[in-house]
Amino acid sequence: MSLDFNVPSFEVIRNEKKCIQCKVCIHQCSNMVHVYDEEDAVVYSNNNKCVNCHRCVTLCPTEALLIREYPLEFRKNTNWTRQAIKEIYKQAQSGGVLLSSMGTPKTFPIYWDKLLLNASQVTNPSIDPLREPMETKIFIGRKPNKLDFDNEGKLVTVMPPQVELNVPIMFSAMSYGSISKNAHEALARAATELGTCYNTGEGGLNKAFYKYGKNTIVQVASGRFGVHKEYLNAGVAIEIKIGQGAKPGIGGHLPGKKVGEDVSATRMIPIGSDAISPAPHHDIYSIEDLRQLIFSLKETTRYSKPIFVKIAAVHNAAAIASGIARAGADAIVIDGLRGGTGAAPTRIRDNVGIPIELALASIDQRLNEEGIRNSVSLIVAGSIRNSSDIVKAIALGADAVYIGSAALIALGCHMCHSCSTGKCNWGIATQEPFLVKRLNPEIMYKRLVNLITAWNHEIQEMLGGMGINAVDSLRGNRLMLRGIGLNAKELQILGVKHAGE
Amino acid sequence: MKKIYALEERCLGCRLCEVYCKTAHSKSKNIIKAHKEEDIESAIFIEEIISEKQISYFALQCRHCADPQCVKACISGAMYKDDDGIVKNDKKKCVSCLSCILVCPFGAIKLGKDGKTVSKCDLCVDYGKSLCVEKCPNNAIELLEEHYKKEI
Repeated sequence: MSLDFNVPSFEVIRNEKKCIQCKVCIHQCSNMVHVYDEEDAVVYSNNNKCVNCHRCVTLCPTEALLIREYPLEFRKNTNWTRQAIKEIYKQAQSGGVLLSSMGTPKTFPIYWDKLLLNASQVTNPSIDPLREPMETKIFIGRKPNKLDFDNEGKLVTVMPPQVELNVPIMFSAMSYGSISKNAHEALARAATELGTCYNTGEGGLNKAFYKYGKNTIVQVASGRFGVHKEYLNAGVAIEIKIGQGAKPGIGGHLPGKKVGEDVSATRMIPIGSDAISPAPHHDIYSIEDLRQLIFSLKETTRYSKPIFVKIAAVHNAAAIASGIARAGADAIVIDGLRGGTGAAPTRIRDNVGIPIELALASIDQRLNEEGIRNSVSLIVAGSIRNSSDIVKAIALGADAVYIGSAALIALGCHMCHSCSTGKCNWGIATQEPFLVKRLNPEIMYKRLVNLITAWNHEIQEMLGGMGINAVDSLRGNRLMLRGIGLNAKELQILGVKHAGE
Repeated sequence: MKKIYALEERCLGCRLCEVYCKTAHSKSKNIIKAHKEEDIESAIFIEEIISEKQISYFALQCRHCADPQCVKACISGAMYKDDDGIVKNDKKKCVSCLSCILVCPFGAIKLGKDGKTVSKCDLCVDYGKSLCVEKCPNNAIELLEEHYKKEI
């Protein structure tokens, strides 16, 4: 088909008075947007190739570049929006499934923004975290229902394995393959310095990263890429990935062109072959099957590491979580509707699953009612954007959170939603050596450390304001939350009162 | 003495160092004026190595040799090593014989845009700081002690 109906999404505007023809934009753009015309000595831009990643804008030394939404107007129609029309053009042209990256851009309610935190006034004192101790250390793992001590006051109860975290924040599972080796190194080094964990994702663990084992959670997903005994014992915990918030119910697909020598060795698949993760684990068709896998992994690691089970937040999440807890998992990870991904079918990403806030509240409630909340830790993920989201998640019942998109944004991601193209100009979601280089782990791990340190300070401030001196004391304390602009059903599910009540 | 070192494994080939080198050596010290109104050659240049597997880049500039060939070859005394060990070029004395360009083992000296004088790195001593080092987006150019050995 010669005629493409689609018009560009973005327009590159160049201020000719400022442009010095240094060609930095040309050298930096992997989408070949900018072209230098020798004859006229000007730089032109091909708007239709621009994904709005801001790489050229950020590196332009004279601030001569600006990118904005392509200003072509479609006739106003609330039903047939520009997006709806463009997607049809695209599919009529390609005949393929629409693919998207990162979290859904749709306008689903963000309950974090409809919850307000409490603070102490007069009747109970607030705490200044700069003057008084404020504990943000937490332990992930199964907790015994009671502790026994001998006559000398020493602990007799044998504690199940725990993962100790200095901050209630971990880095989400992002596989080596979907993100670059340098991005992984930045995450691993930051996790080590912060005393928290990063997650290998389903792509195995590169040999070079075994040294970060004390801060690593290794993942076992349906594709079982890179899974072997040494790998399972390399980290401090093992995560079984059943589902992902951005694409519940479906598997993954790493295109063969991203499977270079190193990724191939790590994943244990041939160079250039597509890495396809099936939608289900073919050995898990019931809670009993899940229990078998949990216990095989426990056997492999001599019962020394907690086993996490990660599911997408779906309609029956509470009942499923109860099953997972009873299957012997030490922690349940719930990934919400707004969670990110390297690539997912657009329709799945934008329409399947439920918001993490509602799933978390109902799961915590259900596990409490069944008296098994102690037997698992709850970790939530899926678009945690800042420290107040974390405090609210903890008050709703979470033990810790995973951050993925936020961590990548700290590494330079500008949320252009083009991860699946493999041409990430920031060196994150790519395996091209000349692009991977752009993410210098030496610089970037410090940015991650800065981000989490800053968030941790903010968490301490918010806890102090509420008169609470430990993350553990806030967990599930929904009286510290009030809803704003929520209906009675939403308040009931969240288990919070409305502001003013 | 500290020298500028280029770290090939980090260099992106964006050529921002060239842009800032020109700015630091311009009369106006203004990035836009330096490029649009003044005709200057950068004293640092990005070299490309194109191999079958990949393209790599590194920034090339004067090594400020202990025994500089360019100073020996200079027929007018324009090229000299100052008390701090920095090899400098006095444009007023230069007679454009270009001997320095011929003898430099690194190819780190270039003919200026005016076709008469030569352009080479002076560590930005007049500017006060090495702008290429400061502005490199990936820390691929560093000002390090002479006996610096890269950790592998």
